Amino acid sequence: MTRSRGLHRRALLASAASLVALPFAGIESLSAAPTGAGGGTLTYAVFPEPTSLVAISTSGGGDRLVSAKVVEGLFTYDFELKPKPQLALSWSATPDGLEYTFNLRPNVKWHDGKPFTSADVAFSLLLVKEIHPRGRATFANVRAVRTPDPLTAVVVLSAPAPYLVYALAAGETPIVPKHVYETGDPRTNPANQAPIGTGPFVFKSWAKGSHAVYERNRDYWDAGKPHLDRLVVRFIPDAGARAAALESGEVDISGGNPVALSDLDRLKALPNLAITTEGNNYQPQQVQLEFNVANRYFKDQRVRQAVAHALDRKVIVDTIYFGYAIPAPSPISPLDARFFDPTVETYPLDPANAEALLDAAGLPRGANGNRFAVTLDYNPFAPERLQLAYYVKQALAKIGIDVTIRTQDFPTFVKRVYTDRDFDFEINGLSNIVDPTVGVQRAYWSKNIIKGVPFSNGSGYSNPEVDRLLEAAAIEPSHEKRVQLFNAFQQIVAREVPLINLVTKLAATVYNQRVSDHTVTGDGLEGNFSDVRVAAK
Amino acid sequence: MRAILAPLKVLAHTVPTSVGIAVVTFLLVQLAPGDAVDVFAGESGAATAETMAGLRRALGLDLPLLDRLLAHLSGLVRFDFGCSIRYNAPVASLVAERLPSTLALMGCALALALVVGILLGTLMACTAGSWLDRGLSAVILFFYSVPGFWIGLMSIVFFAVRLGVLPTGGMETIGGDFSGPGDALLDRLRHMVLPTVSMALFFIAIYARLMRSSTLQVLGLDHVRVAAAKGLPRWVVVRRHVLRNALLPVTTMAGVHIGAMLGGAIVIETVFSWPGLGRLAYEALMSRDFKILLAILFLSSILVMFTNALVDLLQLWLDPRIRRRR
Repeated sequence: MTRSRGLHRRALLASAASLVALPFAGIESLSAAPTGAGGGTLTYAVFPEPTSLVAISTSGGGDRLVSAKVVEGLFTYDFELKPKPQLALSWSATPDGLEYTFNLRPNVKWHDGKPFTSADVAFSLLLVKEIHPRGRATFANVRAVRTPDPLTAVVVLSAPAPYLVYALAAGETPIVPKHVYETGDPRTNPANQAPIGTGPFVFKSWAKGSHAVYERNRDYWDAGKPHLDRLVVRFIPDAGARAAALESGEVDISGGNPVALSDLDRLKALPNLAITTEGNNYQPQQVQLEFNVANRYFKDQRVRQAVAHALDRKVIVDTIYFGYAIPAPSPISPLDARFFDPTVETYPLDPANAEALLDAAGLPRGANGNRFAVTLDYNPFAPERLQLAYYVKQALAKIGIDVTIRTQDFPTFVKRVYTDRDFDFEINGLSNIVDPTVGVQRAYWSKNIIKGVPFSNGSGYSNPEVDRLLEAAAIEPSHEKRVQLFNAFQQIVAREVPLINLVTKLAATVYNQRVSDHTVTGDGLEGNFSDVRVAAK
Repeated sequence: MRAILAPLKVLAHTVPTSVGIAVVTFLLVQLAPGDAVDVFAGESGAATAETMAGLRRALGLDLPLLDRLLAHLSGLVRFDFGCSIRYNAPVASLVAERLPSTLALMGCALALALVVGILLGTLMACTAGSWLDRGLSAVILFFYSVPGFWIGLMSIVFFAVRLGVLPTGGMETIGGDFSGPGDALLDRLRHMVLPTVSMALFFIAIYARLMRSSTLQVLGLDHVRVAAAKGLPRWVVVRRHVLRNALLPVTTMAGVHIGAMLGGAIVIETVFSWPGLGRLAYEALMSRDFKILLAILFLSSILVMFTNALVDLLQLWLDPRIRRRR
């Protein structure tokens, strides 16, 4: 898309609004886009390699990136996370928020020729509730799904779940064919390896460790789409190799920071490549410094605030993330324009104030100049978090906190933090998926302090008022009232900092200029690619 | 009779060793903190305690260590490697999909390393002290000290990105329209060039140095002087009287290196997106999917033992003195 090339990252820093102000209307006016070219093959690099090509019993990153090409959802979401029709044309809710009616798209066929009906929707929603890792939480209040006629599905709830309509994207809640999944264990269903869906692309083959091939669905319900003849997904595990493949033109597109952050500007300068940071809205990645509030030092709120005062978000954005991030002081990312409260406490860089807070907390500098020593762990999932750890160590040394950095692999980290609780503080990432009740509440709600469960409330933070606000927002049907509740929640948490929300990543998509219309929804490359066009090579 | 017994004896040694390896690898992987369910729940970002407990029960991860070990061993005896937690697919088929590509890469790299290493080493020994010898030594020292992944990445940047003459990675041109089987084979070969060479360079360096020193040693022996005194041309002396003797240390090392190559394959496979066993093993370790990991470790140890047995037999053939000693 040509429009994203002019979008300088400073502009992104200035306001989150610039990110969400992307209309669908722009498609017609893209004169630079290849018009009437039609057909062609798109080569799309995905990492990590999916374990399943349908995101029904997994929510792994790679799985989500391929799933929607074949298996669709009820809705897609624009950059402001407003629902747009996909398999559902429209929806309505009863005023008490206990019943949602979905009107389904007629004349849709599964890739094996069978018709798509409300029975598939009812089956899939209940299946997601049962086997999707997030399903049990998201669909907890779903009591039943009624199917009065083949094109109507009615979801009946035991308590209001206002976030539900935001969880229906293809990558999050895939609608699978009942006639394929109703026999046997859905987790080991062969269709997970060779998917059958309603989407714009028909699965052809998957050579594990190498590639998967998809072909155009000639009977797709959206007449004239998809524009591509063929989609080749390549699994390239090494960032350097992905950069080479993009540069040489072997790969057309790859998202989620496919190359080293330090390499992004070099690739952007190449004549055949371009970069966009759109499409991060459905799943904004918060980068956080999380305290163990049971730690003898960090249990004191003033010590946590002192740490916050010692860190400069601008340095983190510019130096660690090379500009591919925005400051995010609140638990809700600025990319979620529906709920983000920009007035929260940010604790700007102020070492003098930090030192005063530590003195007040009874932690004076000792003979060697240090106040106390702690160990910092980091979730190794993203490589730049080690650099971030170095920065934290450096910054805290200035206010007399001696930090030792500890490195470990992902399972060891998860066990240390969530099972053994053997840590002082750690750098982690948490995606604000779908809605604050689903994606944010889990880290702050005291009833979610569950030993052994990854990405539960890891800090151990407990505040009855925060619990009350979160629980009220979870069942509040009125959007305006939810905004108020979440604003109050954001104010408290940003002030008490059980974890310091540092930045939201602006994960970059690197693409060849011959590709257009790839990022048209809030979930970016997790979309179904029916709009994507490629010009001849 | 002896010719049949010798290989059988060599193979018989491998049985207790493989049982030992199966037990030790099983116990070793238990030391890693966290299990597959932790990773699964961690990656999904939101699991419940009930689903995690249910998964552990379904996978048998909650059983005592001894029960799991016995189940693992009884599976191995029946060549049943179980089902992968992560891929929800039989481990045997996951491994079988990857095995040929790893073997092809290893086989080519080893063959290339041996041929080039032996040639260079012999050449250097025969011209010892000359500028050619010194120049080659310097080049070889360079490839000996530079890590394979760096060579791999640099060769991608140079040959694939700059010159555009070879592909950056993968095993084949996906969906390529080939006019005949010859074209498809050529395509495969083009994809193999860079990974094979990157993997082989380090071993070329080792074999060349080894071959050089052992050839120099043999060149100084009495029978070589006699052969030269007979008036045989120099290349005949080297080929008939030196090479066979000088090869022994190289073949011994090559046997040992099969294991090292499997280890090095992980790096090369990652850099070149080569769908091989090394990457599968690495991903299995990172996700604590130990059934895959144990199957690969077991298979690799069998492979190493098998090739070592083969090397022993090769030694018997190369050097009659070993035969007599038995």
